[in-house]
Amino acid sequence: MIKVENVSKYFGEKKVLDNINAEFEEGKCNLIIGKSGSGKTVLMKCLVSLYTPDEGYIHFDDRILRHLNKKEKVNLRKDIGMLFQGGALFDSMNIEENVMFPIRMFQRDEIKKMKSRVEFCLERVNLKGINKYYPSELSGGMQKRVAIARAIATQPKYLFCDEPNSGLDPQTSIVIDQLIKEITHEYNITTIVNTHDMNSVMEIGENINYIHQGKLWWKGNSENVLNTDNKELNDFIFCSALTKKLKQNNI
Amino acid sequence: MKKIKYFFEDFGGYLLLMKEVFRWPQNMHIFKRKLLFEIQTLGIDSILIVFLVSVFVGAAVVIQLLINLENPIYPDWIYGYASRKTMMLEFSPTIISLILAGKCASKIASELGTQKITEQIDALEVMGVNTASYLILPKIIACMITFPLLIVMSIFISIVGGGIGALSVGTLSMSAYIDGLRLEYTNMDLIFAIVKVFVYSIIISSVASYRGYTLKGGSVEVGIQSTKAVVQSCIIIMIFDLIITNLFM
Repeated sequence: MIKVENVSKYFGEKKVLDNINAEFEEGKCNLIIGKSGSGKTVLMKCLVSLYTPDEGYIHFDDRILRHLNKKEKVNLRKDIGMLFQGGALFDSMNIEENVMFPIRMFQRDEIKKMKSRVEFCLERVNLKGINKYYPSELSGGMQKRVAIARAIATQPKYLFCDEPNSGLDPQTSIVIDQLIKEITHEYNITTIVNTHDMNSVMEIGENINYIHQGKLWWKGNSENVLNTDNKELNDFIFCSALTKKLKQNNI
Repeated sequence: MKKIKYFFEDFGGYLLLMKEVFRWPQNMHIFKRKLLFEIQTLGIDSILIVFLVSVFVGAAVVIQLLINLENPIYPDWIYGYASRKTMMLEFSPTIISLILAGKCASKIASELGTQKITEQIDALEVMGVNTASYLILPKIIACMITFPLLIVMSIFISIVGGGIGALSVGTLSMSAYIDGLRLEYTNMDLIFAIVKVFVYSIIISSVASYRGYTLKGGSVEVGIQSTKAVVQSCIIIMIFDLIITNLFM
């Protein structure tokens, strides 16, 4: 479980995160949703310690991020897998090397063992026979799946996904969402997904945190998100003509 | 006033980055592989440009000397002697380093900058990799190994080029040119050239790495920082040329 306690972050004078308190549960898909510029990416970067919060604490089970020294932080990061918005695959490496990289960097396994782990991870994301391809030779959806394979290669306890569906068509988005959900349940990972895609919210939203203007505005799940009377959240969810019509007709 | 503030901010940032860079690699096997890759791309891939520039400038220098010092009071060995001194002390170490700055600094800065904007560096960071050391240290060491070798090669090639230049003019015999090359030769000139290039290699690789690694923004910024990397490397090389020459001579 990851617990966020009174976290605030400033960029100069501007307060981009304002006293956030949230809990992200183990074995569940925890969503952070909100408009562009609401502060959800900043919160995620604070969680993976790419940014340091100016106030507050982040707990990774019994470890408090602020209290960890450099070595302990490196050890914590070995328990983290992250899927970046653009995939962030290393373009100088082929797919096999990309997925093998975190294993090779930190685990002193035999090459045969590492290769079999790579095979397993690629199979798990339904990609086979692309080991020698380079990221530029793959479609956006395939790159995202390879990025998921890389993220789970070291069997992380925490999985972070920053807008996993951005730039993907709706069908591929559903595939990625399902994959994230399956992996989370299968390996009992604490997964945090950053998104503003309402399909994802409905597909995988087991614990939803809505961020608005840097504040945690609403908490819930995919069952009660559509029936909320929170004005800002309703504006966010029912902003398109289609969703407005569905709401008006009570569908 | 603002520019002075930026200068000190930049310089402080550079020193802090270098503190992170010069750390023991987390995985020696990966480091060795990356070092060999950088030796290939930064050093071996620069052989052709160094060869071409050296041979042509070497020939041009000797032809210029023969034309401009055409006077019976000058002995024949002066042309070989002067060209050797010019090549060993200034042309090969400094001018070739400026050319390498143009080629390698822009490559390093744009490569790291692109990795930064495509979040590849963030991805490494999240994995627990010391990104500064992993990405930059092999580049610096590759430059420190290959640039002095390239410069030794450049000295040799430019002197051969000088011989070709002398032959093409036809007023200087090859034996007189070789006599001039051998006259009062000491290894100190070569050591001086190598020391200079060693310092320049650190400047080129570290300044370019700093520019790329600390890049903020998008693709336009990659171009801006690559240009800055080349310009700043060249300026610092010229300053250090003056300092090292004053120290040694």
